[in-house]
Amino acid sequence: MKTCLVVDDSRVIRKVARRIIEDFGFDTAEAADGMEALAWCRTAMPEAILLDWNMPVMNGIDFLRQLRREPGGDTPVVLFCTVENDLAHITEALESGADEYIMKPFDSDIMAAKFAEAGLLS
Amino acid sequence: MRPEDIQVLRQLVEARSGVQVDPGKLYLIESRLAPVARREGFASIPEMIQAVRVHRDDRLMWAATDAMSVTETAFFRDRAVFELFRDEMLPALAQSRAGAPIRVWSAACSTGQEAYSLAMMVDEVRPRLPGARVDLFGSDLSERCLEKAQSGLYTQFEVQRGLPIRLLVRHFERAEDNWALSPRVRQMVRWRRVNLLADLKPLGRFEVIFCRNAVCYFDETTRKRVLERLAGLLADDGYLALGAGETAMDVTEALQPAPGAPGVYRRNPRFRAAAA
Repeated sequence: MKTCLVVDDSRVIRKVARRIIEDFGFDTAEAADGMEALAWCRTAMPEAILLDWNMPVMNGIDFLRQLRREPGGDTPVVLFCTVENDLAHITEALESGADEYIMKPFDSDIMAAKFAEAGLLS
Repeated sequence: MRPEDIQVLRQLVEARSGVQVDPGKLYLIESRLAPVARREGFASIPEMIQAVRVHRDDRLMWAATDAMSVTETAFFRDRAVFELFRDEMLPALAQSRAGAPIRVWSAACSTGQEAYSLAMMVDEVRPRLPGARVDLFGSDLSERCLEKAQSGLYTQFEVQRGLPIRLLVRHFERAEDNWALSPRVRQMVRWRRVNLLADLKPLGRFEVIFCRNAVCYFDETTRKRVLERLAGLLADDGYLALGAGETAMDVTEALQPAPGAPGVYRRNPRFRAAAA
């Protein structure tokens, strides 16, 4: 089964996202910031990462840049999932190696559409 | 609503748009009509239906018809058919037309996402097809939907359903809480109110028609008639795309499935329209 790492400092968001993503047939794991996420990836690289932008310790964009430099770090499909919804942020995310971008708030329709865009669902 | 009110509504909607209102979905009917009744100054839906019955007010009947139409749509809904459009239909037509216009019609396109998805595909493929000229048309029965389509303004929810983020970045700008499609793509589509039940011949001939998730709301007779009229507008080497849950098989012999392209049909050259 494919694994999706859900990275968000809000426990509630992680829970909501997990429930939706598990319905798509993914295993899920959680991390509360970029540093935790990086530790996770160094142990077991997931197939997909849902990534918040603003988090303590290490934010989403710094995590992403670091991830893409790690061995095997180019393989996970990364979907940003953030309240940042201006073109500057979206462009920065894409240039840093994000595959898709979800603007909060999201629901299962949006999540499904974005997972499909990113090639994670047929 | 009493059963006789629902009956009046069903008849007026079917006569105008061909859409079959399911009398079993009372909640849906009432939730759609309530805002119309309020807007038109009636105390209740039955009161509005009564007024329709007595005065046969055309504008009011259209407002009710409009409210009962299904407007559900999304950018690149059922993505594969848009890829076929970009990778197979357009290149083949560009070659055979050699600079003559390729006319593409997004019929019953609701709030315009389908027509603009086609426009974005044309924009993407253009460098590979120098000299090709594509004329895009979008139509719907509902004025309300057409106004929104023409505005090119979509909510954050709408731009996240089917639109890849790279296309959002390429073609949209933020406009307060909404997203505005670039004037360049908007200007690629011309809009027109078209009732699929009316005579379609004045629209002319088309190389490509997308008519998806519309005829499934018609009864069998109407579906057959509309599909045959659409077939009649298709160029000999044209394409008709239907919705994912729709088929022309067992409905009419005017169309035959395009091999290897699910949901896409071509004219059956052996079919002669009975009495068009």
